Amino acid sequence: MAATLEIPEESGESSVWRGFAWSLRRDLKLAIRCKAELGVQLLFYVIVVTLFPLAVGAEPLVLRTLGPGVLWVAALLASLLSLSRIFAVDFADGSLEQLALSPKPLPALISGKIAAHWMSTGFPLVAASPLLGAQFGLPADEGWLLALGLLIGTPTLSLLGAIGAALTLGLRAGGGLLALLILPLYVPILIFGAGSIEAARAGLGASAQLSLLTAALLATLVGAPLAAAAAVRIALD
Amino acid sequence: MSSIAWFRLASPASFFPLARRLVPWFSAGAAVLAAAGLWLGLLVAPADAQQGDAYRIIFIHVPAAWMSMFIYVVMAFWCAVSLTFNTRLAAMLAQALAPTGAMFTVLALVTGAMWGKPAWGTYWAWDARMTSELILLFLYFGYMALRNAIDDPRRADRASAVLALIGAINVPIIYFSVKWWNTLHQGASVSLTSAPTMAATMLSGMLIMAFAAWFYAIAVALLRVQAIIVEREKNFRWSGELLRWIR
Repeated sequence: MAATLEIPEESGESSVWRGFAWSLRRDLKLAIRCKAELGVQLLFYVIVVTLFPLAVGAEPLVLRTLGPGVLWVAALLASLLSLSRIFAVDFADGSLEQLALSPKPLPALISGKIAAHWMSTGFPLVAASPLLGAQFGLPADEGWLLALGLLIGTPTLSLLGAIGAALTLGLRAGGGLLALLILPLYVPILIFGAGSIEAARAGLGASAQLSLLTAALLATLVGAPLAAAAAVRIALD
Repeated sequence: MSSIAWFRLASPASFFPLARRLVPWFSAGAAVLAAAGLWLGLLVAPADAQQGDAYRIIFIHVPAAWMSMFIYVVMAFWCAVSLTFNTRLAAMLAQALAPTGAMFTVLALVTGAMWGKPAWGTYWAWDARMTSELILLFLYFGYMALRNAIDDPRRADRASAVLALIGAINVPIIYFSVKWWNTLHQGASVSLTSAPTMAATMLSGMLIMAFAAWFYAIAVALLRVQAIIVEREKNFRWSGELLRWIR
């Protein structure tokens, strides 16, 4: 039995979870060792959000109306900005190929990478959103609702985005192409996410939108790693 | 026996002559149907009681909108075939369909705007149908842009097939999300859903135009797929022979 490789006899299920945990740990470690890059994602989000009052004026009513939408659009853009990081470095130095060759199931390894990506880039946005919401004059309960919506919605963005990131691996067109591929797919998430606050304001309650966001999360949780794994294999061919 | 013939046609080399033979038939069919449909629509059908003659743009608008969605479904179907059976021709057909689908989407959007001005008093309202049609256009552009960005045609086939399939799953989700968003906004005070019952001549004119658009799409896709086959298979000897034959 080779010392460095995992044993093939272990059952399929534990192989999935071990692959997931291993790749999650690895990518989190890489993310933590590059703290400056993490800060850049969050700062991008904060700066984009800050630009809006400067552009539309500081009228409290306007800001309160625009606030949820602005925060959601900025979250989409911040997610888009960080997407290429999921695979690009591993693709450039060849470790993505090693991952694809490993006996662990590739979708599990990619799920770990996506989870690490969300924890390092998505979660900080969620944590900062109530504060930024307050800047837009959102009351506390709307701020928490916003954070809850982003908490459910941003993992979906990472999952969908991973497919786009894998499809565009190593292409010259780069970032603009990724935006063209992925932003249309983000539309339902944006609508449900920003709509949750609007529904709450209209007195309808946000549970319908939050349920739809959760449904989207569960569906992409199952499908997106498989599609991303297929896309990675296509890119490595 | 028939199954053997079908699989034989999956080879670009044997499909090329068939496509070449079919194009004139579908072109002629499209021309005849379009002439009949336009004659019915523009001359025979009565003017609408409320909209006068402005409504006559539906003879272009509705077929274009139908085709824009239908072509995406057909494209996604060929993408699925190309991924599962790994056939070159299926991917080439999807590639050939995309520009036509995008053209019909643009046509539906533009004619819709032209119709919206006299009917609703605005070129654009964020109605669920318009918004999802616009996003469908972005999906077509994304598909074509991804294809163009990849140099290796086989990788382009498979990557764009994955994208088209994800888009196909998303189209209904996008449509319903926009629809619910729209009802929440109470926004656009205009709705097409409660369209009045249509005179029989209007309906038949519209259906004939839809068939004309369908035949046109088939003819153009078959024409384009010939160009794609010749371009991509240019290193095979039979492809060179085809070129000589065309000249």
